[in-house]
Amino acid sequence: MSVRVEHLSIAYRTRSGDVCPVDDVSFSVADGEIMGVAGESGSGKSTLGTSLIYLDARMKHLGGLVELDGGTLPIADNRAMRAYRMKEISLIPQYAMSALNPTRKIRRLIADLLRSHNVRDREVMTELKRRIALVGLDEDVLDRYPFELSGGMRQRVTLLLSTLLNPSLLIADEVTSALDVSTQRAVGETMLEFRDRGFVKSLIVITHDLSILAQLADTVLVMYAGRLAEKAVTGTIIDAPLHPYTQLLLASLPAVGLRYDQAALAGIPGRPPSLANPPDGCRFRARCPFAFDRCLTTPPFEEVAPGHFVACWKAAPA
Amino acid sequence: MTSMLSIDQVTKLYRTSSLGGGLVAALRQVSFDISGGEVVTLIGESGSGKTTLGRIVLRLASATSGQVTFDGRDISEFSGTRLREYYRHVQGVFQDPFSSYNPIYRADRIFELLRGVYFPRLRGQQWQDKIEAALHAVALNPGDVLGRYPHQLSGGQQQRLLIARALLLDVRLLVADEIISMLDASTRVDILNLLISLKRAGLAILFITHDLSLGHYVSDRTVILRRGAIVEMGDTVEVFSHPRHPYTRNLLAAVPELHKKWSPPAAGATAEPGRSAANGEPPAPGRAGITSLTHRGLARRQASAAGRARALEPPPPLLPVGPDHLAAEAEP
Repeated sequence: MSVRVEHLSIAYRTRSGDVCPVDDVSFSVADGEIMGVAGESGSGKSTLGTSLIYLDARMKHLGGLVELDGGTLPIADNRAMRAYRMKEISLIPQYAMSALNPTRKIRRLIADLLRSHNVRDREVMTELKRRIALVGLDEDVLDRYPFELSGGMRQRVTLLLSTLLNPSLLIADEVTSALDVSTQRAVGETMLEFRDRGFVKSLIVITHDLSILAQLADTVLVMYAGRLAEKAVTGTIIDAPLHPYTQLLLASLPAVGLRYDQAALAGIPGRPPSLANPPDGCRFRARCPFAFDRCLTTPPFEEVAPGHFVACWKAAPA
Repeated sequence: MTSMLSIDQVTKLYRTSSLGGGLVAALRQVSFDISGGEVVTLIGESGSGKTTLGRIVLRLASATSGQVTFDGRDISEFSGTRLREYYRHVQGVFQDPFSSYNPIYRADRIFELLRGVYFPRLRGQQWQDKIEAALHAVALNPGDVLGRYPHQLSGGQQQRLLIARALLLDVRLLVADEIISMLDASTRVDILNLLISLKRAGLAILFITHDLSLGHYVSDRTVILRRGAIVEMGDTVEVFSHPRHPYTRNLLAAVPELHKKWSPPAAGATAEPGRSAANGEPPAPGRAGITSLTHRGLARRQASAAGRARALEPPPPLLPVGPDHLAAEAEP
């Protein structure tokens, strides 16, 4: 078992009190597994991903445990986490490809990063060149500036960079979102390739785009308003989802080949609740067509079938 | 149907002085028409020139050659009252709704700004009724949005408010440039359905997007743009069910679908030339391998050099390949 997260809660400190975008979250990711995390903006998916590697000054660890390869990650201790970052666990934050320093060539960026983690770059550079060829880039990208590369190339450079030391876990936050479909595919397949070759043991792919996860992920975790709604293998999430939120989210996606005069799609009415003052009970209650009085108490995130977890009273076995 | 907006041989050249100098063609002899009440989707990847074309239609940029006519009149000649009348009929909504608002004013100021120019004589109550009718048309509750600041509104509400602003005018053509790509899936479809109901009420829409499934869902006709030139256009169903140009086919093959895994691309169907082949390292079994896909960036250097040379020569002609369906021959 590569990653195990138990009852993790992370809060942001704000002037009007703590806001809790990750609320009692438990899941695990097996070796070789690509787990997708899906949810709308504000669902807490990015906070979840970031919290496993770096808690910034606004973030507070309220409780819970993160285990990586059997050992506990000291996620609340910024200094102790340094030893794990890049070597054991890596994060590609949102907009990472726009954050590459434009005044440094790629070669220099990578050398700086390795030095800051006390890695001698000689042997790593040989491996880097091998991988550059593998993802279909030319070795001369090393001598280019980030702005000379296209979005897809930059995103592949960030992928190479963050997996260079073969971490156990890579967290990729919206890495395909700003890309065109053909580039999306190339970056997505790069991630699959890295997993297959063992450059990373497991991946957490965070995106709002369920159809990308249908291509990449082995399992999908659906988040809603800071809590887990559903987790199952990808095929089950797409073909037989049990949580009403997952069902409605899937129903709102237009498929290629569908036109307005053939089938009218519907969105989900309403908006997610504010996390500053979340409602009691199930947080999807106000938007849910199946809500009943029991939804006033929070449904547990329970395993209803092997590997299929749902937090919904209607889905739970009686 | 007679065409309302006609884009005729529009070419746009940009001068690139910083890197090497020379001309880059953002649009190469683009021609198509939009009729009243018709939704035309303009699909292209980044750098294809789709936004430039939208800007030219909105007179935010000018064409280097060719012309755009609205009701038979060349829009580049409009000024003063004529231009104001043009904007009464043609309006744009863009990708990032938040950047369309001034964050220090309340969001409904966008309506007041219009009032001064277009409705100076409207009395208070009439004006309020007009606003409420427009908000009603975009399914917003006036109480939820009036008097709020932009940051208090969701992305979907902001985008609807901008569409309502366009509806206050006697708008006949809406240029919608990636208006839903920043919205969540659950609100996206509502905006799409709103566009469709406006279309049914007679509004023509130029829907600019890189998302093929969204484009297919809303549009009557589809235009596929690649590096500034049209490679394929025609009836949406026809283009999507019988794509002829290898670029279109490749785009369609790359669309992530819920119930279908990416299939290996057809041999020779790569979208861009100049991709580099990986040396050694066979691809993992069972997949096409990442190396067989497009690597546009590497192609960029050659492409921009070639593009410069090609800037002034015509793109391959569009030939009829089916009913209401034109496609260009593949460029080498």
